[in-house]
Amino acid sequence: MPETVTATSDFAAAPISLWRRGMNFFATLAAAAAVVLVLLPLGAVFGYLVYKGIGSINWAFLTQTPKPVGEAGGGMANAIAGSAWILLIASSMGVPIGIGAGIYLAEYGRNQFGNVIRFTADVLNGVPSIVVGIVAYAIVVLSQGHFSALAGGVALAIMMIPTIARTTEEMLLLVPNTVREAAYGLGVSRWRTTLSITLRTATSGVITGVMLAFARVAGETAPLLFTAFGNQYWNWKINQPTAALSLQIFTYAISPFDEWHRQAWAGALILIVLIVFAVSAVRIVASRGMLKGTN
Amino acid sequence: MGVGIKVEKLNAWFGKTQALYDITMEAPANHATAIIGPSGCGKSTFVRCLNRMHETVPDARATGRVRIGELDVYNGTAAVQIRRRIGMVFQKPNPFPTMSIYDNVAAGLKLNGFHDHARLDEIVERSLKLSALWDEVKDSLRKKSGASLSGGQQQRLCIARALAVQPQVLLMDEPCSALDPISTGKIEELIFQLKEKFTIVIVTHNMQQASRVAEFTGFFLLGKLIELDKTEKIFTTPSDKRTEDYITGRFG
Repeated sequence: MPETVTATSDFAAAPISLWRRGMNFFATLAAAAAVVLVLLPLGAVFGYLVYKGIGSINWAFLTQTPKPVGEAGGGMANAIAGSAWILLIASSMGVPIGIGAGIYLAEYGRNQFGNVIRFTADVLNGVPSIVVGIVAYAIVVLSQGHFSALAGGVALAIMMIPTIARTTEEMLLLVPNTVREAAYGLGVSRWRTTLSITLRTATSGVITGVMLAFARVAGETAPLLFTAFGNQYWNWKINQPTAALSLQIFTYAISPFDEWHRQAWAGALILIVLIVFAVSAVRIVASRGMLKGTN
Repeated sequence: MGVGIKVEKLNAWFGKTQALYDITMEAPANHATAIIGPSGCGKSTFVRCLNRMHETVPDARATGRVRIGELDVYNGTAAVQIRRRIGMVFQKPNPFPTMSIYDNVAAGLKLNGFHDHARLDEIVERSLKLSALWDEVKDSLRKKSGASLSGGQQQRLCIARALAVQPQVLLMDEPCSALDPISTGKIEELIFQLKEKFTIVIVTHNMQQASRVAEFTGFFLLGKLIELDKTEKIFTTPSDKRTEDYITGRFG
């Protein structure tokens, strides 16, 4: 006959001590305070931008090009369009390369070569943006002989790639191996499984990574200074200097004119609003195809 | 129609560790053959060698001869082609989480380039009826994701998905181990009906299950096939002492 084991009920029945309740309260409070601290700067920045910028936003600001120094009025229409244009160029290079690299790292890169790429991507992520601008200057501007939207796009794409590659990798690794096996078991080839099953299962996470990279480079100024360069007029040519919102804000903010300062505030407000719009739009479009019961 | 399976001198390794030793056996067409044995004895590795899923694991390899009907599995045919002829149902239900119920069933055909919609509708319906899931999901085929179903339903969805590519052989790797008795009952009933059309090899930890669904049972121990015989014989008068010990619960 084995000895009977009895669990004393003291432990479970003991009242929860004042100390534990106090600690619980303070831990909850600390977490809530941390949330407030995170949200406060965001709210403050946005509130201040609205306060300073909203007064200068009008129809002319959104539809006209800048006026020469001393003339009132004018707007940033060409800079808004230029930013969109440069970001389109950057995304069309950065997104496919980044996702492709992420797929390689997750599905084929469990080896020394993969580790080298991972390390390189992490270092590249930490390179100051002005240095990336110099690289794009050396590669594109010097070989073309002039500043261009393409050079700006290349600089921003270089900045997008490591972020997208690493988040795509992480998201693909979260897809359980049983899902891949299910596809192999049906006689689906490996590349098809990767594209149609694994990547598709990880779509929402991959999109988050892409949006993160997009939002980060959308406001970059330094890499555009000597690549896209800026432009006072409309330009849609890929190999001509092009205006960008961030460049225009920079130029206006360091100028000695009050009118330009006001316009810089308005430009900053527009920039933030456009980034929020772009990110939300992609999210809405991406979630439209979601089915019931998909987490 | 199902086809018979013939295995000769099958050896399998994970890196340097040998998992299967000289397995030679036959599984007759249109019958169910159960594989039993203690954990880690190579049951799963064995069925995964039959459709070359074994080699999808890094560093894994296998040698020997496997014939499925006229098909020489390890000689002359690409692995993906083999797997289209041999359906597989896994231990844990693994529907594609972002796909609808319909797309889950049609996945094997669609991803292999079959896009005739009228035919697909027909095949999806027939497969879901075969796996006894049709009545429960017919109203939400395209609206609900495969992951929204219950565990038992998910497993029947996975069976339908395997049947949709019209295989000749169905390999089941402990298909009921994650399911409750009611779902298990449904799947066993299903295996009974499926035998008319397919040859089934089922790995199971549950000896009652083996005796309920399979005409033949093979006992594996430490990577070796100890004996394979009529299920009745294995469970009443096994010829090997080790089989008897396992069945009577002396180890394992």
